[in-house]
Amino acid sequence: MAAALTAHRRRVGERVIEAVLFGSAALSVLVTAGIVVSLLAPLGTFFSHVNPFEFLFGTEWTAAFGNKASWDDKKWGVLPLVVATFMTTALALLVAVPLGLGTAMLLSEYASRRLRRVLKPMLEILAGVPTVVYGFIALTAVTPLLKPLFGIPELYNMLAPGLVMGFMIVPTIASLSEDAMSAVPAALRQGSFALGANRMKTTLRVVFPAALSGIMAAIVLGISRAVGETMIMAVAVGNLAQLTVDPRQPAQTMTAFIAQIASGDAPVGSPVYYSLFAVGALLFVITFTMNLASIRLVRKFRQAY
Amino acid sequence: MATATLAAARPILGGRRSDIRSIVFAGILWACLAAACTFLFFVLAVIVDKGVDRFDANLVNRPPSTIRPATAGVAPAIYGTLWVIGMTALIALPLGIAAAIYLEEYANPRRWYNRLIEVNVQNLAAVPAIIYGILTLAFVVRGPISIGAVALAGSIALALLILPVIIITTREALRAVPVEIRAGSLALGATRWQTVWRQVLPAAVPGIATGSILALSRAIGEAAPLILVGATTFITFLPDGPLSRYTVLPVQIYNLVPQDRDAFRDLAYAAILLLIIILLAMNALAIWLRNRYQHRW
Repeated sequence: MAAALTAHRRRVGERVIEAVLFGSAALSVLVTAGIVVSLLAPLGTFFSHVNPFEFLFGTEWTAAFGNKASWDDKKWGVLPLVVATFMTTALALLVAVPLGLGTAMLLSEYASRRLRRVLKPMLEILAGVPTVVYGFIALTAVTPLLKPLFGIPELYNMLAPGLVMGFMIVPTIASLSEDAMSAVPAALRQGSFALGANRMKTTLRVVFPAALSGIMAAIVLGISRAVGETMIMAVAVGNLAQLTVDPRQPAQTMTAFIAQIASGDAPVGSPVYYSLFAVGALLFVITFTMNLASIRLVRKFRQAY
Repeated sequence: MATATLAAARPILGGRRSDIRSIVFAGILWACLAAACTFLFFVLAVIVDKGVDRFDANLVNRPPSTIRPATAGVAPAIYGTLWVIGMTALIALPLGIAAAIYLEEYANPRRWYNRLIEVNVQNLAAVPAIIYGILTLAFVVRGPISIGAVALAGSIALALLILPVIIITTREALRAVPVEIRAGSLALGATRWQTVWRQVLPAAVPGIATGSILALSRAIGEAAPLILVGATTFITFLPDGPLSRYTVLPVQIYNLVPQDRDAFRDLAYAAILLLIIILLAMNALAIWLRNRYQHRW
């Protein structure tokens, strides 16, 4: 927009300033490049000792056990970490998708402006509570509540942190979905009302389908945040890498493994040190794919109207 | 703008009001919101209830202790948080605002490199926090820069983490300044930078400040990347500079988790209460700024 307005006088100072500003913006590309390099560089060493096939499809992960300097006495199958990551993510979505979409529909189609002004900051606070605090709440307040209800055998489990993470993601899904639904042109609603549909039918059959790609983008971004969430999992899931789909069991997510290794002593150059980067790289690939999908979906709904 | 058109779209008679299903539907929507709010109040209530016992002078004056947790505090973590966040702001704010000015005021969106930067910023905003820890570990703590696990390394990790957030919110604030302001300034003979510096930026300051405060409050609560860059060290002295060993409040809380004794739990909840009070104050400031100074052009 502003690019169309060009001042005719060109000074050297102006050029220098523009170059400095461009440099700041270009730095973000360097950051991405740095992330890729820092994750890829140690992979050569890791995969010279571990078969990539065993890494991706092996069902046992014992990186933190045994002799710290040895590659051979450990099992390097990452599936237990991946399955735990997606189990907790699924539990989070069970909470976050209905509550997030319900809240978004309420804010976009039902609530008055005044109500929105009160509710939006509240959602921001829900998103702003540090995740280590949510982890602590999951461990010391939510797990004791759920224990008798679901028969959770131990202190650590996937259920409580998964559900708590769901509440953490509600604001992400709610605010992005609300943006998408608010962007649906008023003419569509007016047409629907004119044909005799009430507000529920208009919301569900006109606004919701029209905003679907934006809503999908919100959900994908929510999944990406859940997959990458570290502190709730590091505190409350239990750091026990076992392959299980029973949410009452303790487990270890990819992020929790990285946190566990980083907060203990992982000697530079030891096998477990390299495995930290391998798990990090896998995490980055998964979230990166989802983020790009989400960005594309958002573009689609922006272009539609 | 969107709200104005929406309000117009809401008919006075929203169809048949007595329809039982639509009443139930509205009830379900309200229940969704109520559930999220109930959870928030539950969390805050637990924190206040369990944190208030040890919310005393020892908490802010004393170092942590494994022997006497009942009188220990988190003073080093408070100082560490101040140092780390101060430096994070010094690094991230100028860079983020400069990048946003470039993207919003200078960049030609049809050029491929500008589009690359845009998509890249959006993607970085959603990269898991812990990945920034790995990046900083590989390049700053060890590797080419090798400054070790010091407070400055923590600041760099957090600055990279909140940079995309600052860029995105600053761009929104700049975009809200009407194009006529720029056109008027340029028409009077100002150069592009003079226009940005004397007209656009001052008009966008409230929006930029709001976004920056929210981004910094995210950094204050973030623990994941700092675990990788040395904040988990047990220290009992007060961090006193960029190259000092350090810890921060959220990491101190994380370190208290494995301790079983109740005295440690109480201390952790008191530290959480302190952290939450700081964050709520920052949130309130941001909301106040937004409501007080929001321009309607």
